Amino acid sequence: MAEHPLIFARGLVKRFGDFTAVGGIDLDVAPGEAFGFLGPNGAGKSSTMRMIGCVSTPTAGELRILGMDPVRDGAQIRARLGVCPQLDNLDPDLTVRENLTTYARYFGLSRAESRRRADELLEFVQLADRAGGKVEPLSGGMKRRLTIARAMVNDPDIVLLDEPTTGLDPQARHLLWERLFRLKQRGVTLVLTTHYMDEAEQLCDRLVVMDGGRIVAQGSPRALIESYSTPEVLELRFSDGLDSGAGYAAKLDGVGERVDPLPDRVLVYVNNGDVALSEVHRRGLTPSSALVRRSTLEDVFLHLTGRTLVD
Amino acid sequence: MMTTFVAARVSPGRVGAVVGRNVGALRSGPAYWLVLLSGFFEPLLYLLSIGLGVGVLVGNLAVGGRTMAYATFVAPAMLAVSAMSGALSETTFNFFFKLKYMKTFEAVLATPVRPIEIAFGELIWAVVRGSLYTAIFLVIMVVLGLTSAGWALVAFPATVLIGLAFGAAGMAISTMMRGWQDFDLLTTGQFALFLFSGTFSPVRDYPVGLELLVQVTPLYHAVELVRALCLGVVESALLGHVAYLVVMAVAGLWFAARRMERKLCV
Repeated sequence: MAEHPLIFARGLVKRFGDFTAVGGIDLDVAPGEAFGFLGPNGAGKSSTMRMIGCVSTPTAGELRILGMDPVRDGAQIRARLGVCPQLDNLDPDLTVRENLTTYARYFGLSRAESRRRADELLEFVQLADRAGGKVEPLSGGMKRRLTIARAMVNDPDIVLLDEPTTGLDPQARHLLWERLFRLKQRGVTLVLTTHYMDEAEQLCDRLVVMDGGRIVAQGSPRALIESYSTPEVLELRFSDGLDSGAGYAAKLDGVGERVDPLPDRVLVYVNNGDVALSEVHRRGLTPSSALVRRSTLEDVFLHLTGRTLVD
Repeated sequence: MMTTFVAARVSPGRVGAVVGRNVGALRSGPAYWLVLLSGFFEPLLYLLSIGLGVGVLVGNLAVGGRTMAYATFVAPAMLAVSAMSGALSETTFNFFFKLKYMKTFEAVLATPVRPIEIAFGELIWAVVRGSLYTAIFLVIMVVLGLTSAGWALVAFPATVLIGLAFGAAGMAISTMMRGWQDFDLLTTGQFALFLFSGTFSPVRDYPVGLELLVQVTPLYHAVELVRALCLGVVESALLGHVAYLVVMAVAGLWFAARRMERKLCV
């Protein structure tokens, strides 16, 4: 990496008593990069984000943010970070605009500067018409946009977004992605966690897949798909006697590089979906439906972290 | 303990921003003003009903070689109570709500503001509220002839100290609260202090065991301090009361900041 990394970690560990949330990870995030943490619940994403946000002290390992030590220089680092937490913690006692001006004051901005920033950011997140209103009546998407505006109030070098679009409807998600993309174009370094594969593909230049507190894979979305999946996936459903896809796994052996039987369908990882489908028909199998699609991060994710439900 | 404060490099600007948040919340609507108002009237109503009302039945009281009207005896105690409850309700109910339910401080701690700066800011705000009560209360006392204007001015800074002490202690207690049910305990404790801190009768009239017990509790020292000042009695014993309240303020603040750090910065 040519430039000095904004976030640098080696063997970073976070333990809570006997529980190891983060079990020794290495990170390098370059300026201007959009960097993602992808992983199931409990993978250690949020714990890592809190350490980067300098509100949680690492148990072991080395961590440098903006070239500084988060334990010794926490306040100086936080002055240059913007944080959008997983759960909105906007202030219901204040108006939409006051949420921004009050927050700006914590960073030492003057009153005049705080007001100027607030108005500019409300414009940016399309909430200018709600400026004088309360926070409570805002929709989930609006609240999240306001939280992102709040994270931008100090003109940060790095913006940390913990599951920025969880719980939002598709319109709200797309608007948010579009705003985040604009931030990225302005050169703001984005660090985000998500378990939405489409979000990671949309926003991240590079990402790490975390599972059980460790990094199990890393690279660009495309590179990950290339390393851990095949270019295409053939999804087959069968409506006859064999009620589980597992029954077909053996019959499909060799059709693709890998066969993943699910309760309701079978995924066949292949280089060319159409070729594979004709092979399926040649073997005398008659799926009730067949879908050829491009491989996504979801395939990578499920391959790496397994299908066991984690809560 | 003091070195912890110095090492924390408390920034006045950031403490001011924490206070500023509460000033902003004042504009949020009438609800907060109602809470403010009701907190003020409680000690005043006690002064009128017991101090003046029951005072007619009690007649004059001889305390420490001085004879005074019962209301003159009770009024400074109600002043101390008003300083206590003003600061305490801010750093217990409101502070706890911000700490536990509104997650206000989690948002604040993502900025350069440190836990100790939040503690300072919240305490200053609590004392502003408490001092607003005591300032008005002192004016009423002067108007009713229960103290002189001069001694009221001397007593006022003492009520600020009482606010600091109780506000800090309340904040420390709030960081230990599990939920609203714990507030019943707090309210009961506060009411016990209110009744038995030499507020309505001289502590010397209590049984010896109770007298000693009362002398350990904080409101006793607050009452003794402002009562002496309102009556124009300045003696070295007052320094003991001042020291008690200063230690209480510093310890409470330190403990609250440390607990907040342990709870929120994990």
